[in-house]
Amino acid sequence: MPKKVTHTFDIEYLQIMDENGNVDTELMPNIPDADLKKFYEQMHTIRAFDKKCLALQRQGKLGTYAMVHGQEASQVGTASLLHKEDWMFPSYRESGAMIVRGMPLATLLQYWAGDERGQHIPEGENDFTVAIPIASQIPHAVGAAWAFKYKGTKQASMVYFGDGSTSKGDFHEAMNFAAVFQLPVIFICQNNQFAISLSRNKQTMSATIAQKGIAYNVPSIQVDGNDIFAVLSATAEALERARAGNGPTFIECVTYRISDHTTSDDASRYRSKEEVEEWTKKDPIDRLKKYMESKGIWNQEYQNTVEANASKKVEDAVKQMESVTPQTVDDLFSYVFAEMPPQLKEQLAYLKQMESQKETQKESQKK
Amino acid sequence: MNMVQAINLTLKKELARDNSVILIGEDIGRNGGVFRVTDGLQKEFGEKRVVDTPLAELGIISIAFGMAVAGLKPVAEIQFGGFVYSGMDHIIDHISRIRNRTRGRFTCPMVIRTPYSAGIRALEHHSESMESIFVHTPGLKVVIPSSPYEAKGLLTSAIRDPDPVIFFEPSRVYRAIKEEVPEEDYTIPLGKANVAHEGSDITVISYGAMMKTVLQAFELLKSKYSIEVIDLRTLSPLDEDTIINSVKKTGRCVVVHEAPKTLGMGAEITALINEKAMLNLEAPVERVASFDIPVPFLQMETHYFPDINRVVAGIEKVMNF
Repeated sequence: MPKKVTHTFDIEYLQIMDENGNVDTELMPNIPDADLKKFYEQMHTIRAFDKKCLALQRQGKLGTYAMVHGQEASQVGTASLLHKEDWMFPSYRESGAMIVRGMPLATLLQYWAGDERGQHIPEGENDFTVAIPIASQIPHAVGAAWAFKYKGTKQASMVYFGDGSTSKGDFHEAMNFAAVFQLPVIFICQNNQFAISLSRNKQTMSATIAQKGIAYNVPSIQVDGNDIFAVLSATAEALERARAGNGPTFIECVTYRISDHTTSDDASRYRSKEEVEEWTKKDPIDRLKKYMESKGIWNQEYQNTVEANASKKVEDAVKQMESVTPQTVDDLFSYVFAEMPPQLKEQLAYLKQMESQKETQKESQKK
Repeated sequence: MNMVQAINLTLKKELARDNSVILIGEDIGRNGGVFRVTDGLQKEFGEKRVVDTPLAELGIISIAFGMAVAGLKPVAEIQFGGFVYSGMDHIIDHISRIRNRTRGRFTCPMVIRTPYSAGIRALEHHSESMESIFVHTPGLKVVIPSSPYEAKGLLTSAIRDPDPVIFFEPSRVYRAIKEEVPEEDYTIPLGKANVAHEGSDITVISYGAMMKTVLQAFELLKSKYSIEVIDLRTLSPLDEDTIINSVKKTGRCVVVHEAPKTLGMGAEITALINEKAMLNLEAPVERVASFDIPVPFLQMETHYFPDINRVVAGIEKVMNF
């Protein structure tokens, strides 16, 4: 007997605003001007923060930093729809989403400067710490979503990761659990086309990243990640689904990592300038600007104010970060356990003794 | 040449010598590795021999195992030591045991190369010293070179070894030590320690990134004490003879390592000395190690691992017992 087709699937690609800022009025969500401005200003703050971090790293004031440049719409368009009580699980490239969620810029800077206190999430903020091991944060977000479902709260959990993450088991296990247990979690893949040097087409033979969600029966959509309206629209639908108890959603934001992987990377080794230039033309901030201009809510004077405010916020944060008292060696030992065990007390005392010996030696050398 | 260049040269030589050698890992091909250890190798040997894999450490490690069992000699790179953990299932449950499980029918001649050590201003999980976990797993060889010359000889042996080898590369000294490294073929046998300096008052045992600091301490104290310095090179199997013979001669011992103190190599060596040279001891064995805390972020990381002061203090403590 002939073979039958038992299942087929489609992947929808959502774009509402094109590269020139023209929108599809039928698909366009209703967004008050004040919100448009807020998003626009947040995107500028993120970019100013990004540029500053790069500069500070070059001056030796920060450690390795992972740039957001080009992915502002994917981060603002998703994180800004979360409620305060929802949870957000970032990877290391989500400085933008973290800023939207209210993480103080100075705290973020402290993190990138290699100070543990930069991961002390302010009380009342439901944002998780930065996950460095690729994809490891994805199942954690599913676990949090399970807790929300268990407790019957209407909270949702949102987790960010990149195209490379979807090659890891963590992603697949998380996706499967989320679907099996119908958990209120939103998976945001910022497909920025590169996992360090490996391009998207060498990472996976999947025609889209989004279709990986289909395998687990997770509603999955691909959106233009540089179009904030498409991102907002898909996210709103996902959150509605989560809050209604109808399970997870997977959103693939198709975007581009304009910068090097991190400040330690040199992307010119593995991709062409032309490719980067092509994507620079699709810049998410520029696109929103064009739309706002056409709506009559953008002019050069407004732009100057936005840039000046963004720059001031960042400069203030740098000052704050630089004026912070350095950590002490006690801080290294105090948070390993709720109560410091005797061995650690002994090790700490030894370290302090060694440090003071070193100081004495330095002093005597000076004399 | 520095250690990055020495390892690059070794890989190049082994790729040329043995057609079954294959390099797999993240960003090792076109990008030449994040530390540039594999720079130029894909260009020279092609994408079939030097392979950029998808981002998946479990995949890299477990698939390399399959390759090895089926007759290849994979050299897998895990970009940073802290990312090896997702492959631990396969390392502990299969890679280390296949020879024993099959009574020698199947073997696993593979190498996992990964950087370790702190002090490079990196992000979290890039600076760990986790060698004890692997030493504690029967069936694995664990090798840590301390210099470019050592790296070439040891890695050559590791690639040619019939059993799985975990090869930790001290990222802090990747470019910090330059020395003569012969272009031509030579090997340093696995399981043999190196007596870097002979001495009669005290034995100082270390390996990997800490050797540089230990040798500085040696220079500082050499006119005061006759110090025997042992570079373990291979942590498993451990060269017990060299350790015991030395301690029988000196009667004093300090073990220096960057891994946390608890259950580190110092604990094992102290126990070994208790078993085999207890009555020769003039003083208790001293451990100079990092603390039982997570590796601090970059601002505080230099407080974590032993510096020259801590090594000198350890030697003085034992000498003045």
